[in-house]
Amino acid sequence: MLRIKGLTKRYRTGDLALKSIDIDVPDGQVMALIGPSGAGKSTVIRCINRLVEPTAGTITLNDTEIVGLSSGNLRRMRRRMGMIFQEYALVERLSVMENVLSGRLGYVGFWQSWARKFPQSDIDEAFRLLARVGLDHMADKRADELSGGQRQRVGICRALIQNPELLLVDEPTASLDPKTSRQIMRLIKELCGERKLAAIINIHDVMLAQMFAERIVGLKLGEIVYDGPPDKLTPAVLTQIYGEEDWASTIRKADDDAEPVDDIAPVMPSIERDRLAGLT
Amino acid sequence: MMSDAIVTPKKVWQRRDRKTQLAVWLAWLFGTAVFVYCFQLISERTIWAFVLDAPAQAADLGSRMVPPAWGYIHYLWWPIWDTLNIATLGTIISIVIAVPIAYCAARNTTPSVAFVRPVALFIIVASRSINSLIWALMLVTIVGPGVFAGIIAIGLRSIGFVAKLLYEAIEEIDESQVEAVRSTGASAAQTTVYGIVPQVMPAFAGISVFRWDINIRESTVLGLVGAGGIGLELNAAITQLYWTQVSLMLLVIIATVILSEWVSAKVRHAII
Repeated sequence: MLRIKGLTKRYRTGDLALKSIDIDVPDGQVMALIGPSGAGKSTVIRCINRLVEPTAGTITLNDTEIVGLSSGNLRRMRRRMGMIFQEYALVERLSVMENVLSGRLGYVGFWQSWARKFPQSDIDEAFRLLARVGLDHMADKRADELSGGQRQRVGICRALIQNPELLLVDEPTASLDPKTSRQIMRLIKELCGERKLAAIINIHDVMLAQMFAERIVGLKLGEIVYDGPPDKLTPAVLTQIYGEEDWASTIRKADDDAEPVDDIAPVMPSIERDRLAGLT
Repeated sequence: MMSDAIVTPKKVWQRRDRKTQLAVWLAWLFGTAVFVYCFQLISERTIWAFVLDAPAQAADLGSRMVPPAWGYIHYLWWPIWDTLNIATLGTIISIVIAVPIAYCAARNTTPSVAFVRPVALFIIVASRSINSLIWALMLVTIVGPGVFAGIIAIGLRSIGFVAKLLYEAIEEIDESQVEAVRSTGASAAQTTVYGIVPQVMPAFAGISVFRWDINIRESTVLGLVGAGGIGLELNAAITQLYWTQVSLMLLVIIATVILSEWVSAKVRHAII
């Protein structure tokens, strides 16, 4: 369980990005964080694994306080949180396998990682994860040879091989086409379900957030203005988050739920792999 | 149509307004005046009779240079081998020293922007501002004439070059890749090896081979001040007016440089 209390961040430029945010994310919950650009979505996520230093407040993950950890303890803490990035942030010139295995860097020594001598158990797990996302045949390809959707799936594997307690997802679909976006979001949701993994997903596509998240938190100018289920996201709420606009067509209608059934329903593994792999 | 044009006056557009135009014109006038003045100064100090004689002199020297003394080639294998070694070993030494300096000089990797970075930048500037011929001149008096002085001279001159280009490459890397590696719980050293090294590797290879290529050319002249290699032979031949040997050496140097350019182009192509 992730507990954020009074999280405040003031950047050195003086901008107050977060104004005392409180969020609790129970185990296994997939939460979407929506809001306009500059609302502080990225800052929230980056404060949790302290890529950004919080100015004030406390963040605890399963009773470990994250703010104020020494660098050694922070590294151990970061191993427990997987992060997925907007532009995939794969190391372009390394192979798919090296990118996935880099998720285990916190567990192996320097010379071991330098020589790429990872434990066999890590390598087995990497192959298993790659097979799960339909990319096991690409293990030795260089990351920059992959398409956007494939790269993001490698990014997901890199986060999951950490065996994290929490997934931090920063705009996973911002550079993907609509179809791939849905597939990636569905994959994240399925994987979180399989592992009872909590996730915080920053996303500015409201429709995707409604489709794949159990809970939505709306952020505006560093403050939480909405926290509730996806179906309570009314035009009034969206106006409050984003400002005046015609929201009627954005909000998912109830009967849309029925439509993607054949897509969401568990498919035979081999078919599923083909579906994912065919995205090249 | 006519009445329309009168009702809505045409908007005038010029690239520069009147003031800027005048300033540009004055700058050209000033530049031309300085050029004419300088030309006159140089002209006064030039013995034009010699200049007019130059084509004849060049033809004369050229005629004394052909045919090249092909038989002398056997005396050049060893000096050219020395030259190649000076360039190669000098480049390797400079790379070994330049990598940590570049790491300290790059804004995103330096341990301290306030203290370490200025020191690293100073080393780079100092190394770059002194020509290898001058380094060689000093080193010949310090370590004595020979190949060793040449290697050190090339090495010292190249540190700045390699470190400067490398630190610029480090500063241009994609930080998000580094961030991604860091967020897995990797240590600083692991983050460097996984996040930074792969990104700067092509630049590093390109810079090293490029510098090696330059160093081959530079090391051919180091012999002029006694720092070994083919320059030593060249100097001797010129002072003794053995012009046919000089022309042979120039041909050997050209061949070597072409070869090195070919090799460096191949290597760069293979790595990038």
